Amino acid sequence: MTQQQSQGQGQSQSQTFDEMWGREAGLREPYAPFNNWFADEDPARLRRKQREAEEVFRLTGITFNVYGREEAAERLIPFDIIPRIISGREWSKLARGIEQRVRAINAFLHDIYHRQEIIRAGRVPAEMIAKNAAFLPQMIGVTPPGGVYTHIVGIDLVRTGDDDFFVLEDNARTPSGVSYMLENRETMLQMFPELFSKNRVQPVSNYPKLLHRSLSACAPAACTGNPVVAVLTPGIYNSAYYEHSFLADKMGVELVEGHDLRVVDGRIAMRTTQGYQPIDVIYRRIDDDYLDPLNFNPESALGVPGIMDVYRSGGITIANAPGTGIADDKAIYSYMPDIVEFYTGEKAILQNVPTWRCSEADSLAYVLDNLPDLVVKEVHGSGGYGMLIGPTASRKEIAAFRDKLKARPSNYIAQPTLSLSTVPIFTKAGLAPRHVDLRPFVLVSPEGVKITPGGLTRVALKKGSLVVNSSQGGGTKDTWVLEE
Amino acid sequence: MLGKTAGGLFWMFRNLERSENTARMVEAGQRIALTRSASDDEWTSVLQSAGVLWGYNEKYDEVTRDQAIDWMLRDRANPSSVMSVVESARNNAKLVRTALTREVWESVNECWMVLKDTLARKVSERDLPHVITQIRQRAAFVRGAMHGTMLRNDIYDFARVGTFIERADNTARILDVKYYVLLPSASAVGSSIDNVQWESILRSVSAEGGFRLTYGQEVRPREISQFLILDKRMPRSLVFCCEKIRDNLGYLAQDYGTRLPCHDMADSLCRQVSERRIEDIFDTGLHEFIGSFIVDLVALSRQTELDYRFYE
Repeated sequence: MTQQQSQGQGQSQSQTFDEMWGREAGLREPYAPFNNWFADEDPARLRRKQREAEEVFRLTGITFNVYGREEAAERLIPFDIIPRIISGREWSKLARGIEQRVRAINAFLHDIYHRQEIIRAGRVPAEMIAKNAAFLPQMIGVTPPGGVYTHIVGIDLVRTGDDDFFVLEDNARTPSGVSYMLENRETMLQMFPELFSKNRVQPVSNYPKLLHRSLSACAPAACTGNPVVAVLTPGIYNSAYYEHSFLADKMGVELVEGHDLRVVDGRIAMRTTQGYQPIDVIYRRIDDDYLDPLNFNPESALGVPGIMDVYRSGGITIANAPGTGIADDKAIYSYMPDIVEFYTGEKAILQNVPTWRCSEADSLAYVLDNLPDLVVKEVHGSGGYGMLIGPTASRKEIAAFRDKLKARPSNYIAQPTLSLSTVPIFTKAGLAPRHVDLRPFVLVSPEGVKITPGGLTRVALKKGSLVVNSSQGGGTKDTWVLEE
Repeated sequence: MLGKTAGGLFWMFRNLERSENTARMVEAGQRIALTRSASDDEWTSVLQSAGVLWGYNEKYDEVTRDQAIDWMLRDRANPSSVMSVVESARNNAKLVRTALTREVWESVNECWMVLKDTLARKVSERDLPHVITQIRQRAAFVRGAMHGTMLRNDIYDFARVGTFIERADNTARILDVKYYVLLPSASAVGSSIDNVQWESILRSVSAEGGFRLTYGQEVRPREISQFLILDKRMPRSLVFCCEKIRDNLGYLAQDYGTRLPCHDMADSLCRQVSERRIEDIFDTGLHEFIGSFIVDLVALSRQTELDYRFYE
């Protein structure tokens, strides 16, 4: 799972929107059947089920690796048995907003690597692109097969009220976590079949089939016959390896590593027991930088030497396309409302969290004046590193951060702290509210945009905590979208 | 199938087979130490049969029961210890996860989880029988899941080739270390020392019961050799393993429509055992026979890796 933090802190509990109980209004409608069921359940049975669930996860091997911690090399992400429930109506609106955003991201990527109209129009400054490490000059003028840049996208959303969803971050490179979405649902179906009879929950289980279809639809020009798809993993020690093997298994395709592949007759081919066989579409789960030691990081042993040349000549489809990072960069994020409007001609349906770009003098002044209330992030950082969460930071930390900020203002953006919604988790003392975020998964192909109803809900298991990050005590929940 | 996957399956099942064989050898060693006034010399021969004596001597100055058992079951510095091979089997299983059924993967994963826990501490004499049982049971669960749920295709064939190469190697090494007690010259006397050794050999391949059924109560060295080398009913005999290797490689040749050098080597290895009588083997020399068998088996294993492109 990617390492990132949801920000926001400092609101009193009364301001927080709870997805089961609202603010004060009482039980919200999507939770009514669940609440009836829960009221009749024996807590001892539920506690047993909770332990059973953990056992299932351990046995299945749904673990993630923690680097540099030998004794706990493999850990489970805690799973909470209380579902997060979203109504069909709420979802429809979200889905429209997500589709609009994802289409805009693809149009933006095409434009950035071709005519750069958005820069000519003055809606995004040229230096945002030119000086950005996520911008790949190797992609200039390259149109990926089917015109698709981001085959798989994860949009991180947070909620602050009945009708208030914000996009916290776009994940347009290699978003992870979809295996948890699927396994969480499987586990719930096994443990509480009766709940699914009482609630009409939209299924998620066809995601691997849709993924395979979506990837196949983006086969390159060189492909003849049925497209051969493969998942490219850095290997069994990668933190998300379980997910890589899970997706390959469910799609019924090979799981390859760089050393299984080489360039043969202008195609990418995998070493099989019967010789080298060409691949058409590669779903890579390694970063751009490691993809091709001849074109990018020469030290990389994870990629395939020469794959970029094959790619540019139409011999292979790489999903997601190299260079998509320019669209989910934190500095670009603040321009997303403009980007959506520029390419779709419509106002963005999903809101952005208001963002101050510290590169701009007025914004910087405001941010420096209000540090204790703000979240400040490094523009190119990820994994929650190098960020300041004002409300929880000590004076000393704020003072130190102020110096860093003044030294390189353009390296930072700032956002207000949001009061993330809560959903109940199951504790020894019964239900207790905890903060959550949501990552729906989106598939893009020439056949259209497909959004699986639900996604990955991450939950901060510690009371009051806003950090949903799995490496810092976050857990996951099954996410239900009810039929309309 | 990816070459890497074929290699992963091959090694996954070699490692699982080895875990069980090692446990069985420890059990036989312990049994003999308990029932006879044998010295720690027996442990030297156990370590030697398991092919781990060299590494042991690097670490320890003298051979003792406790150290030998610890080296064979737990020590991660020993790449053939039960803990090492089970971990390696699981890593290979992870590597080939997409080729395995959920049942097989979970049984390997559980094997690793259980043994990691069991072998986290030194195994006391009191707990040894239970630990040995656990190791053998876990290997049996994997085998059961495999038989019950896997398609009979190339995936299965590579797993079986790995299993039987490892098993043939194991039986051959036991014979290699103990050949001198099986020579016809030794059988004339049948001293109590010989009896201990004969029992030890049978126990280390779980063959006491099978031997009794086939040859009766009287244990004779010629028949032990016959049983472990040439008896096609005995699932750990050299001939049984060779035929399985030949057959499974043969299915691959059929399946892929290509005969490769490893197929000829397997045929020839098979003939070396199946076309011999025990008298011929004693005539040419048991030790020489076993020695050349081991060399050929290693060569066959290498050739299989090459022919099916396990590595780059």
